[in-house]
Amino acid sequence: MCCCTNLSEGAKAKFAELDAFIDGLGIVADDERRRGRLIQVLHKAQAIFGYLPREVQKHVADKLILTEAQVSGVVSFYNYFTTEPKGKYRVDVCLGTACYVKGSERVLQEIERVLGVKADTVPTADGLFSISALRCVGACGLAPVMVVNGKVYGKVTPAKAVEIINEYKAKG
Amino acid sequence: MNKITNRNELLAAFEACKGKLALRCTNEHDINSTKKELLCCGGTGCHASNSPDLMQNLRDAIEKAGLSADVKVVQTGCFGFCAQGPIVKVMPDNVFYVQVTPEDAQEIVEKHIVGHQLVERLLYVEPMLKERIQDYAKMPFYAKQQRIALRNCGMINPEDITEYIAAEGYQGLAKALFDMDRAGVVQEVLNSGICGRGGAGFPTGMKWKIAASTQADEKYIVCNADEGDPGAFMDRSIMEGDPNSIIEAMAIGGYAIGAQHGLVYIRAEYPLAVHRLQTAINQAREMGLLGQNIMGTDFCFDIDIKLGAGAFVCGEETALIHSMEGMRGEPTTKPPFPANVGGGYWGCSTNVNNVETYASIPVIMTKGAKWYAKIGNWQPQLDENGNFVKTISGNAGTKVFALAGQINNVGLVEVPMGTTLREIIYDVGGGISGGREFKAVQTGGPSGGCITKENLDTPIDYGNLGKIGSMMGSGGMIVLSDKDCMPAMAKFYLGFTKDESCGKCTPCRIGTRRMLEMLEKICDGNGTEETLVELEKLANTIRDTALCGLGQTAPNPILSTLRYFKDEYIAHVVNKKCPAGTCQKLYTLRITDGCIGCTKCKRNCPVGAITGELKQQHTIDPNKCIKCGACIDGCPKKAIVKE
Repeated sequence: MCCCTNLSEGAKAKFAELDAFIDGLGIVADDERRRGRLIQVLHKAQAIFGYLPREVQKHVADKLILTEAQVSGVVSFYNYFTTEPKGKYRVDVCLGTACYVKGSERVLQEIERVLGVKADTVPTADGLFSISALRCVGACGLAPVMVVNGKVYGKVTPAKAVEIINEYKAKG
Repeated sequence: MNKITNRNELLAAFEACKGKLALRCTNEHDINSTKKELLCCGGTGCHASNSPDLMQNLRDAIEKAGLSADVKVVQTGCFGFCAQGPIVKVMPDNVFYVQVTPEDAQEIVEKHIVGHQLVERLLYVEPMLKERIQDYAKMPFYAKQQRIALRNCGMINPEDITEYIAAEGYQGLAKALFDMDRAGVVQEVLNSGICGRGGAGFPTGMKWKIAASTQADEKYIVCNADEGDPGAFMDRSIMEGDPNSIIEAMAIGGYAIGAQHGLVYIRAEYPLAVHRLQTAINQAREMGLLGQNIMGTDFCFDIDIKLGAGAFVCGEETALIHSMEGMRGEPTTKPPFPANVGGGYWGCSTNVNNVETYASIPVIMTKGAKWYAKIGNWQPQLDENGNFVKTISGNAGTKVFALAGQINNVGLVEVPMGTTLREIIYDVGGGISGGREFKAVQTGGPSGGCITKENLDTPIDYGNLGKIGSMMGSGGMIVLSDKDCMPAMAKFYLGFTKDESCGKCTPCRIGTRRMLEMLEKICDGNGTEETLVELEKLANTIRDTALCGLGQTAPNPILSTLRYFKDEYIAHVVNKKCPAGTCQKLYTLRITDGCIGCTKCKRNCPVGAITGELKQQHTIDPNKCIKCGACIDGCPKKAIVKE
């Protein structure tokens, strides 16, 4: 295997988990419709690895018998996929219209200022937090909304957002 | 439940199950009843407001009171009244409690369930009359609604197919399979006048007719659940609250056009909806309502879920199909249309409809096209056989709107077509929040436009919205007040479309970027009147030349705000002022002599820009100030102003 040499045990286990998932799909090499599985596989890969670095993309390409360019093209097209690692706590601030008119931009600015990193870039130096700007989680009744590792916080203000961040910071 | 192998077994299942909803389908106010059901919203919004803990506390308290045999807690879908969530509806008492916290569970059980008395403090307070209302049918929010697509949301448990069957579920499919031929089903949908609720408003029956007439061995029926308009959440709510209605409608569609495969393309951002839909699909398979030889007929149909990955353009049907094929979600020119051979999923004839459209189909089948067609703002002309004489106006039935923004009753509402905007905003929506003044409503999301005060009395339908420079879109309604800046709103939408442009055609890829830059210039106070002329010219060019709907409609927020709020643009470029006070570069913060020197702003300021002694007027250093507004939020005397 191309990319599985010199890997830590942890990484090997992750690749093994992904392989088990892909093998379960029954990919047939000469079936053009195998490509229809790509997004499903990338979702799984991102769930396992947390992000989609080049070696994972290459691995997926090999397993689905696609070119690396085809996989990379899809990964870069969709917002949901990320090629950068994320922090331990993923802070998503909704910038959907309902949240925007309720002041979510100010919430985002404050979180960016407090954590010292910009949205959709790198995690904080301690690896604890990464920030993303999100397009609508559909909880518009609670606008403005922020989400930390899937937990939704509604009606946040810049001050409340900082409190929430500090709670997670205290947990470490 | 046993597998259903013929129509009589479905009727028998309905008879066996309908008792499940007996307590819930009553208009009585029977507070003394010993048998009760507590319906709790389990939608995404209320989930986030701790409704799972609330339900657990209610169950615990009921058990402690020894009432588990008679009193049940039921998790339902969304009630639509998201602003007041979490909601607990007690039946058969018809009592509606709002903003209930897990800590309130004990009191509800002790006082209401055991003591048969109302918990007054949890009742909804009507903001205009300042009255507490216990019956939801009397709330202005619900009184003007007619819930067809949302009929089961907030009524049944979405994770239990037997409750859907109890609500006459799958009867529409049975009627189609046993009483009608394929062409009859298509004609019925055509006669109902229903049009695509996802945005474009193409007649659904027409779409089905084209797909049905296509000769092909393999056809697909697709549900577009890629709800990309930020601020619209009706599709999520329907999938979370009534997933079986989508399954039933897709099966009806499959029968009508001759498809055996169904696919639901759903946003990955909606994990709860994915879970509920998958649960419903599994249950439908177990009961033989999906799979081989449905209800003993030779009709075979099954549904799979395809996850999206976050791309607005995938709401466009050709882009959606490419995404399902594992490619970049780029649209292609039509024809070939998806219904044509060569145009759909893997080249197969494919019919794509939106979630809300599907949700209405089972009712159209059971109650009939004529019943549906009579709802709304139009007079259908029928011949003696009940078929249409004139072309479809598209204004039949109901439409779900997601009310959000500066409005009191944020939530989902379903009203007949032709309801005026005034009724939606002031009666159903409860007016503008914070006592502000109404400025405009943005409909149609990033592709739509704004509607102003002058058009508040326009009956809402596809045609009328188009005439006043907006569009129906998926039904997102963002209400704006005098504190919202229109050029900034246009900038916000352009930021969205610029990010979401797939990059395939030049007008959209580069044009949206240029338009955004101009809007940034305007909002930063660097624009001139020439910028406005250029902006309008470019917007018109892009509208006429972009490849797909996303690009063609991207300039709409600009053109419509320029049309109705030119004065605000002028204020930005000539006077360098933002009348609404939202453009940060165009104002400074100043503390007036109303300041009592409480020091709160000084403590709140994250950058230490405020100085002043206790009990003396404070001042803000404009060079340090980042205009975050934390001082304004905290000031007890409202002594900090934007200038």
